[in-house]
Amino acid sequence: MSTMNEENYALSFDDLKVTFETSGPEVQAVKGLSLQVRPGEVVALVGESGSGKSVTSTAAMGLLPSNAKITGEAKVGNVNVVGLDQGKMRKMRATDIAMVFQEPMTALNPVLTIERQLTEALELHGIAYGGEATNRAIELLTMVGIPDPAKRIKQYPHQFSGGQRQRIVIAMAISCDPRVIIADEPTTALDVTVQAEILDLLRELKDRLNTGILLITHNMGVVADMADQVAVMFQGNLVETGSVDQVLMNPQHEYTQRLLAAVPRLTPVEIDETATHTSATAPVGRELVLEAKDLVLEYDMRGSTFRAVENVSFNVAKGEVLGIVGESGSGKSTIAKAVLGLLPVADGTLAVKGHNLPKLSPKEARKIRKDIGVIFQDPAASLNPRFPIGECITEPMVVHKVGTKQERINRALELLDAVKLPRNVINRYPHELSGGQRQRICIARALTMNPELLIADEPTSALDVSVQAVVLEMLQDLQRDFNFACLFVSHDLAVVDMLADYVVVMQSGKAVEQGPVKDVLHAPQHDYTRRLLAAAPVPDPVLQAERRAAWRELNATK
Amino acid sequence: MSNTNNKMPENLTSLAELEDAKLASSDEQSKSQSQIVWGRFLRHKPAMFSSILLVIIAIIAFTSIGYGPLPGWWKASYLEAGVVVNGGKPTLSLLPTWLGGSGIQWGEHPFGQDSVGKDYFALVMNGTQKSLIIAFVVGIVATFIGAIIGAMAGYFRGWVDEVLMRITDLFIVIPLLVLAAVLGQIASSSSGSIILLALVLGLVTWTGLARLVRGEILSLREREYVAAAQAMGSKTSRVIFKHLLPNTIGVIVVNATFAIAGAILLESSLSFLGFGVQPPESSLGLLISQYQNAFTTRPWLFWWPGMIIVAIALSVNFLGDGLRDAFDPRHTGHRRGLFSFLKNRKDRA
Repeated sequence: MSTMNEENYALSFDDLKVTFETSGPEVQAVKGLSLQVRPGEVVALVGESGSGKSVTSTAAMGLLPSNAKITGEAKVGNVNVVGLDQGKMRKMRATDIAMVFQEPMTALNPVLTIERQLTEALELHGIAYGGEATNRAIELLTMVGIPDPAKRIKQYPHQFSGGQRQRIVIAMAISCDPRVIIADEPTTALDVTVQAEILDLLRELKDRLNTGILLITHNMGVVADMADQVAVMFQGNLVETGSVDQVLMNPQHEYTQRLLAAVPRLTPVEIDETATHTSATAPVGRELVLEAKDLVLEYDMRGSTFRAVENVSFNVAKGEVLGIVGESGSGKSTIAKAVLGLLPVADGTLAVKGHNLPKLSPKEARKIRKDIGVIFQDPAASLNPRFPIGECITEPMVVHKVGTKQERINRALELLDAVKLPRNVINRYPHELSGGQRQRICIARALTMNPELLIADEPTSALDVSVQAVVLEMLQDLQRDFNFACLFVSHDLAVVDMLADYVVVMQSGKAVEQGPVKDVLHAPQHDYTRRLLAAAPVPDPVLQAERRAAWRELNATK
Repeated sequence: MSNTNNKMPENLTSLAELEDAKLASSDEQSKSQSQIVWGRFLRHKPAMFSSILLVIIAIIAFTSIGYGPLPGWWKASYLEAGVVVNGGKPTLSLLPTWLGGSGIQWGEHPFGQDSVGKDYFALVMNGTQKSLIIAFVVGIVATFIGAIIGAMAGYFRGWVDEVLMRITDLFIVIPLLVLAAVLGQIASSSSGSIILLALVLGLVTWTGLARLVRGEILSLREREYVAAAQAMGSKTSRVIFKHLLPNTIGVIVVNATFAIAGAILLESSLSFLGFGVQPPESSLGLLISQYQNAFTTRPWLFWWPGMIIVAIALSVNFLGDGLRDAFDPRHTGHRRGLFSFLKNRKDRA
């Protein structure tokens, strides 16, 4: 690679600046970025929201909206695409520069067969037509590991799984043999085990095709797993670039250091390998707040029922945190919904403080709700946009008719202090706050009534890494201070490891393994738990290489 | 941006701290959603112009001849016949003398006189009053019924939704004009009250809004703040009226304005066909129908009410347009798109 001269970059930016004209002041999204991607190399562009990483990649594709002002250079091969005519740019897409998007369901057209979508680019760019194009498409599907491609090419996107859809999107991206592929958060929407497979595929493809990849991600584990070079962006500036070992193992800029420190990791603990799980012999004297026995939950699907949770038993006592982990579709959020009374219990018992929820009258059930607080995943959707913050926080008091107006205001101020937000926020509106701040408001709202049980359904998975760290720390502190029981639903094992005392691992509606965190997550007995643990990438290139090898081994024995 | 940038501490290296610093240092006045929408509406020129026009029409219509027992400033009454002066031609003149006209003046009968010598200005103003009252009552009644039925159907789903939507379908499949004509005939002939006629029209025009609100509620009810409200033990009525309906206000308000514009036209059509307002009361549609034969000989008897119908319907429509743009800024029309396109082209050149 050292023999290459400057002309051979697959993609290069030189002092790229992007400014958006808005109705208010101008917004500088990218403030002078220089970066090179060589053929066969993966450059990871890392940053949190508002860092300008996605704007950079969109500029390279020539897809920025018309209110964007771009200066500097963005070269694909030898062609500067800044200010390039739309017609010429269109010819370059797919043949010179291609893109893999975050959401594989929305990136594919649901009403066209995979064949139509794959051959479209080939025919548009005159690479192959008709039967020849179909053959080439089948070849591409084989390359990305879709089984039985000749038959499946006639199918529609919804007939494939999420991971397979992303494979098809990748096949479309490589169909015209581009110089560079921009992968914008290609695995963020996928489960960890699927993510590991997709990363494997991308790595294999770029070696085979000698394509440059600009990988846009916020996940440091993915960076450690995939990248050769890393560029870190913060607020439109490039703060650090270097090889993956250099940046991840020995970061120079303070921002990178703090970002890496904020990534939750599974800290290894000393365990007695011979000891068996101790969940059966729970310590006596625990004051149970939530108890589920042989819980069965079903969704009504227009006549037929779908069993989302089957015979799951667990309990949470005062002052404890129970983590529920699993991939999408495992039923973990369904359990949270049932506890919140948003879904009826089909069978078994689900008792809050000894009261079995399915047996309660609506009035009694409403009374129980007073003792349950809730935090949801999406900070953008979990606060009513028409309520000022103060009203959002005190809503539970209004619902349960507690306190006078002044008492409610005082309680809101108290809680704002507890979540470390300025008191004047009380009259602001949710849209004026960032995602992390809104999530802290949700925490405050959950704690308004001093609940005995807190349900947290993926409370940090929509947040940036450093913001997540702040929110998790706050949750930990508050839990210690208020001593509530907490049901913590998450897909992130490292977060659960940090927060929870006990854990339930779920797979397709069944609890495959449960017990104290230190046993389950550090000495897993069940094969599925092991696979989950091995699939989650860690932000350490050397360690990750070992883990990748272990993951492949686990998969080979399956 | 430079203004806020200066206040920003430059040395922060964590997104969480940066966001908190921004929040603490921002001294901008907090704006609620309705204040933001209102601000956008005020900047929408066609909508502002239309509102002013509408208010002027309404003020003139109600103050000139008075309403009910309240007297107005116009001397003639719409009920009294008189001597036809100058073939009943309008005396309103807008051309100043130095342009060859007869000067700016109202004259005795600004809109002219009808065949029996009634002052046509008073008649048209009476018709405008009636049309406006009917339009707004219809708008309010239809919006109220539509929003409630739509919200119930969208929130409860299942059999409630089925029943309510089949009733809606029933109203939709019967041609609106026929239904309104039959009911309007009964309402106006039995009591002669235009309010009753307006209520009846409201009862048959709520269907479109019910469907729109239902769709909106169906998607809103999946939001997490609704789940949070349910989980904290809120009653159903609170969830619907505090959390769901206020968030559909955009759809509701915009559609209410279009319903009002539609009601003006519906009332005009009904009165034109003789099923709406009955003489001696008048409405704009009724005036047109009475004098349609006079179009060739005395065109002003046709033009005045016609122009006012168009003016009211158009301004209410523009008002709705402005409200829609204000509630949903992504929904900017061609007008702004064209301007920004031309501006960008100039910038590039």
